[in-house]
Amino acid sequence: MRCGRVGRVPPAAKLALAFAAVLLTVLLPRKPDPLYAVPAAILLGAVVACRVSPIYLLRRLLWAEFFILGIAILSLFSPETRPVCLAVLLKSNLCVTAMLLLTWTTPFHEILRVLRRLRLPAVMLATLALMSRYLPVLGEEARRMERARASRTYGGGRRVIWRSLATVLGQLFIRSADRAERIYLAMTARGWK
Amino acid sequence: MHLPDGFLDGKTALLTAGAAGTGIALALRQVKQTLAPRQTPMLGLAAAFIFAAQMINFPVLAGTSGHLVGGVLAGVLLGPAAAVIVMTCVLMVQCLMFNDGGLLALGANVFNMGIVNVWGGYFVFRLFQRMPWMEPNRATLFAASFAAWFGTVLASLTCAGEIACSGTAPWGVTFPAMASIHILIGLGEGLLTGLVLTAVLRARPELVAGWGGQQRVGGSGFLSYGLLVSLGLAVFVAPLACPWSDGLEAVAKTLGFEHRAAGPLFPSPLGNYHLPFIRSAATATALAGVAGILVAFIGAWLLASRLVPKLAARKDHANSQG
Repeated sequence: MRCGRVGRVPPAAKLALAFAAVLLTVLLPRKPDPLYAVPAAILLGAVVACRVSPIYLLRRLLWAEFFILGIAILSLFSPETRPVCLAVLLKSNLCVTAMLLLTWTTPFHEILRVLRRLRLPAVMLATLALMSRYLPVLGEEARRMERARASRTYGGGRRVIWRSLATVLGQLFIRSADRAERIYLAMTARGWK
Repeated sequence: MHLPDGFLDGKTALLTAGAAGTGIALALRQVKQTLAPRQTPMLGLAAAFIFAAQMINFPVLAGTSGHLVGGVLAGVLLGPAAAVIVMTCVLMVQCLMFNDGGLLALGANVFNMGIVNVWGGYFVFRLFQRMPWMEPNRATLFAASFAAWFGTVLASLTCAGEIACSGTAPWGVTFPAMASIHILIGLGEGLLTGLVLTAVLRARPELVAGWGGQQRVGGSGFLSYGLLVSLGLAVFVAPLACPWSDGLEAVAKTLGFEHRAAGPLFPSPLGNYHLPFIRSAATATALAGVAGILVAFIGAWLLASRLVPKLAARKDHANSQG
């Protein structure tokens, strides 16, 4: 298990912990405050305990940073909201770290099991399960079609790119509809109702 | 447009979560009534499809790029109620699997991109799709691409409103920033929605649920979602955008709970600014919005009339081949 001892914590507890960490952080006062050290220390401890690779953590944080910085800059424009800016930056970075820890330690099918116990409606559970299962399949299919497209329309201007992008997406939708039909038949053949 | 945690305060997060929950419950009820068991796997595959489509970036302006939101595309392809479920699942997976969008902000994200985007766009789609003087193919394409633009801009407005409502950044700043970017991104969304729809209509028109208006959406669905979306706009956007936002405080005063609130429920829209350009930026963005509507409308019109001959040609070709 890639996350050491933490991997044995039940997924429900991990989800609850992440939720609590995010809630705690969001409810902190909206100005730089020594209280921010509390979630920061907890999360730092969790990062060490989960053995997250720091490079992975930093890369994902950086990826989220564009949008976070974008909004935080907006709050600099008015004297009323200016003090909020730093707090908001701290808060969202702490929250993103908490969620990163959750996804690092908990595969989606385990989260799905928790959601099932939380009585999420059956339609949504089925949709989530099928979606997470077929995401890599569809991604691979899209890559294949894109490669085929690129080899046929070598070069090509901007217009060709838009048009072919749309054709790839349209084809992808048609193929997923056909696949859904086959899945339905396979599911009923195995006694799903 | 995926809001991370930390930008919304508790009040806004609760309000949006409530609105999103109501919208999902309505959608679930409709889907249970109308969806054949045969179509159940389609929702999951469509969600995976929308997710894959969102990963494709297109250039907006030098340097920046946007990506499809896909709410209107899903609404036209699957029907609006199913699209709400699909978008909700996409956002849940993005939050819980890929850290895109916050956990407490999930309600706001579902409300913006899953409900306001889908239904706001779908209202416009149905409005223009029924134009009697247009050929149905052309009306469908035109309505879908214009609705995609409209839905994107509408969702960005509620998103900006939620940030402003939380007191994170003033509306006079979030509105121009979010709206101007999404007026542009929306053009890409509209173009791509129109092109993708053409590709599907050309090959397998029977897959498009919104095709020719044969899809049945109960009047109650229209009514309740219309109410929900306009309530969302009324709560998050109107008090900030309109000069009569003081009316809300007047109501609070007459009801006698104004002294109980620690501060005003909503930060005053354009008051208390020391920077004059913010006020003019908001006005300029509103004007740009009007221009954007015109550009998107004409663009969608031209797109539809360019694409329809292609559809017809392909059909004749297929017929002659037998």
